[in-house]
Amino acid sequence: MPLLVLGAILTAAARGTDVYEAMTAGAKKGLLLTWSILPSLLVIFPALRLLRASGLPELLGQVLQPLFTLLGVPEETGILMLLRPLSGSGALAEASELIQRHGPDSLIGRTAAVMLGSSETSFYVIAVYFSAAGVKHDGRALPAALLADLVCFLSSAWICRLLWG
Amino acid sequence: MSFAIISIYFVSIFAAFLQGETAAAGAAVLEGTREALRFAPELAAALCLWSAAGELLERGGAAEALSRLLRPFLRLLFPRGARDAETLAALSENLGANMLGLGNAATPAGIRAVRGLQRLGARFELNTLVVLNTASVQLLPTTAASIRGALGSRSPFDITPAVWISSALALAAGLTAVHILNGGRS
Repeated sequence: MPLLVLGAILTAAARGTDVYEAMTAGAKKGLLLTWSILPSLLVIFPALRLLRASGLPELLGQVLQPLFTLLGVPEETGILMLLRPLSGSGALAEASELIQRHGPDSLIGRTAAVMLGSSETSFYVIAVYFSAAGVKHDGRALPAALLADLVCFLSSAWICRLLWG
Repeated sequence: MSFAIISIYFVSIFAAFLQGETAAAGAAVLEGTREALRFAPELAAALCLWSAAGELLERGGAAEALSRLLRPFLRLLFPRGARDAETLAALSENLGANMLGLGNAATPAGIRAVRGLQRLGARFELNTLVVLNTASVQLLPTTAASIRGALGSRSPFDITPAVWISSALALAAGLTAVHILNGGRS
């Protein structure tokens, strides 16, 4: 990774870019991104703590477990899969909470990271592209995108189980 | 989105009340808030590093270089759109920026490409473009790796091959679905 940063510095410098100014501008974007995610973190982290304290996940887990086991997906990632197409910051907060609770190098932590990294906020993307371009949605992009998300979640779980299970 | 989270609050607090554990519920909320605040600076550190690298790549012309390499591939995927020089430029800029994780640069190019495809009457290709954008084509999963790094992973990027395989399968499923929903015509 340090090599990638070095490469980025060299290509930018070769083009005559002000490297220091570009890096501070980038760092500012990183700060603003964190700032925009923080409210979701502050609402979702307590929600999940609260949910665990209520004892409901065990109850619900017992009911839904056969389905998740059949699909080969950890049931802990249920809420993440539900949020992912709807909210980018919400999914990031939920994945962070899962990774923190189970550990970044655990199977569940890795599965959550792969699910987050291999998908996008489908509803948001579709809304932005169709509305900004002033084009009417013909009802084909959304089902196709949601099917792609489903395939993404299932394959994420299977690949992680294969590699780190 | 908001409905799911609000339901969690509502149901959990109600369950805690029934069990007479409202004090534990209050403690859980405070602990969760503290965890979120502890995590944020660690996440900021990793995201700032990757945003700085991304900014350098963008200004250094890496996205443009990648865009040029992508054109033959885009001619296959967007045969009608690629015949229009302006639309092809927007398509390649969009895909190139997405692959480098430069969302801010990808969206305006994507919107220009959608408008171009609409003007050309290439409805099928328009849906293909949107599905291409709802699937992740990022070469390095910097955000997911930032979270893992912030939470103490020893090698945050070791998930990269898994992300590639999963993204590729999802994209293949999405493009196939657009094709089928279009009645197999292209």
